[in-house]
Amino acid sequence: MTEQPQSAIIAERLTKSFPGVRAVDHLSFDVSSGEIFGLVGPDGAGKTTTLRMLAGIMPPDEGTASVAGFNVARDPEGAKHHLSYMPQRFGLYEDLTVDENIRFYADLFGVRKSEREDRSTQLLQAAGMAEFRKRLAGKLSGGMKQKLGLVCALTHRPKVILLDEPTTGVDPVSRRDFWRILYELASEGVAILTSTAYLDEAERCHRVALLHQGKLLFCDTPANLKAKLGKGVLSVTSSDPRRSRDQLEHAAGISSLVLTGDGLHVVVDDAARRIPEFEARLNSAHVPFDTIQQVTPTIEDLFVNAVSSGASVHA
Amino acid sequence: MPDANNSVVIENLLKKFGDFVAVDRINLAIRKGEVFGFLGPNGAGKSTTIRMLCGLLTPTSGRAQVAGYDVGREPESVRQNIGYMSQKFSLYNDLKVIENIRLFAGLYSVPSNQLRERIEWALEMANLKGQENLITGTLPGGWKQRLALGCAVLHKPPVIFLDEPTSGVDPISRRQFWDLIQHMAEEGVTVFVTTHYMEEAEYCNRLALIFRGRIVALGTPSELKQKSMQGELLLVECEPLGSAVEVLQSAPDVMDAAVFGNALHLVVRDAAAAIPQVQKYLSDHSITVGHIEKIRPSLEDVFVSLTSTHDSEKERTA
Repeated sequence: MTEQPQSAIIAERLTKSFPGVRAVDHLSFDVSSGEIFGLVGPDGAGKTTTLRMLAGIMPPDEGTASVAGFNVARDPEGAKHHLSYMPQRFGLYEDLTVDENIRFYADLFGVRKSEREDRSTQLLQAAGMAEFRKRLAGKLSGGMKQKLGLVCALTHRPKVILLDEPTTGVDPVSRRDFWRILYELASEGVAILTSTAYLDEAERCHRVALLHQGKLLFCDTPANLKAKLGKGVLSVTSSDPRRSRDQLEHAAGISSLVLTGDGLHVVVDDAARRIPEFEARLNSAHVPFDTIQQVTPTIEDLFVNAVSSGASVHA
Repeated sequence: MPDANNSVVIENLLKKFGDFVAVDRINLAIRKGEVFGFLGPNGAGKSTTIRMLCGLLTPTSGRAQVAGYDVGREPESVRQNIGYMSQKFSLYNDLKVIENIRLFAGLYSVPSNQLRERIEWALEMANLKGQENLITGTLPGGWKQRLALGCAVLHKPPVIFLDEPTSGVDPISRRQFWDLIQHMAEEGVTVFVTTHYMEEAEYCNRLALIFRGRIVALGTPSELKQKSMQGELLLVECEPLGSAVEVLQSAPDVMDAAVFGNALHLVVRDAAAAIPQVQKYLSDHSITVGHIEKIRPSLEDVFVSLTSTHDSEKERTA
């Protein structure tokens, strides 16, 4: 059981039901050392439940979870030794300073005093927080609190990190810092499983699993996922997006059309063919537009396409 | 200045807390029926501005008019003429759908002879007819957020403020929600959105970015992507990524380098000139270079480019 694992995290047919709802439905995936793997999906997709089962704090109804070579259900203590789990609300003590919080977690995790100072200095440096060591945690911004939570969770050098929506409510600048730390950890061989409800954040992961109602929709690299859409995506820029929509919404070849702030985002069957058709339509109705160009599909396009073409989704 | 086409007008608005200038003489005019996005890092002055616009905080100097009322002199009238919705905080989860609606109707003093009609309207708009007796906490995210919107506009306010209205909601529900918002805007309601969420920012007709209390960028999403970015953006596939970033930090003409999934994003002055230079520079440092291309910046790239990491950290925690 302690032999070197193939994958740092393995979920095999994990299943969990709560009264009236199957939160996670036969979910399988694996994460290698040095990989950042994203569990991506809206609220209620099953992300938190999956992370809890992997962290060993909630037993699955069916299936197995293993972390760093340990079966989480059979050997929770062994798994815990190599694992760090950061829930959505990480327990920071607001009336303790940054340093005191780190020391507290280092004690909990049994980090040796001799290693402690080096480790926390290095982590705080990476987080861009070296100058805030004496500040009370309660006085930090949202982004800094999240980073401090991560620092605390990393004091014992885990091989596997489970993060539950670490960047929710964090502004884009802090979000970028946060991701920089994750990439550094990954390059040191740590396996990272992170969840997010922001579909655009999926692009930052090495691989993603798109979840919907407890089931796995897709699992692949972001680039391969986008290639899977198999449709063209057009961006129409117009000073009058509403009239552009009125002209184009019933045009042929459209599978989805979204009104944005200064144009339209349209998924079509054949971009090369539809561009001149759309241009002609807008011109003949005298609707002003700047450009119609093909753009790279987003993960959101894929998600919407998959969900609306197949599964039953309540609106 | 009183222009009937503008429903939010901000002139030299200033707010100080002690010596700290939270909002530094900003100016904005927002048209009736516009969906306007207000972005900025935590601590940049966003919430202070919103609180002033909602009549909850008195400006130190300058002025702001919302729906024709002065926020400093007529805060009560301002509050009666706005709706406010934040998905996270506005509903009582242990009340039924209909009870939440009645509660908000009472809070907003909807006249009793209009009550029935407004409640019907809200249920219709939120697509919740027949679901009146469900407990709010058990509703799916998309329903909840439409209910929150319905509650926020029961009194037909001409201006509504939305705070990250669709964060965490599935993309299909999010699109439906924004359809609703666009309909309201078409009918002349002015929508003021604050968000950290670039997917939401794309739905706004215009965006303002506030940083250190000042408006540092203003324009349509595509204008911002084209003009506000300091330099151009390259996607570079190379191996190993970690050392490539380190090496590129000191490369000439590279303004920023960040790992992005399986590739790097570089900010450079001139993409065409930089591509061969970067290629050579990386090869000279024994890094294997794959594909390099110029890519269109996202709103997030613009946002980050306009606010420097280090300075903003200091600012927001000061």
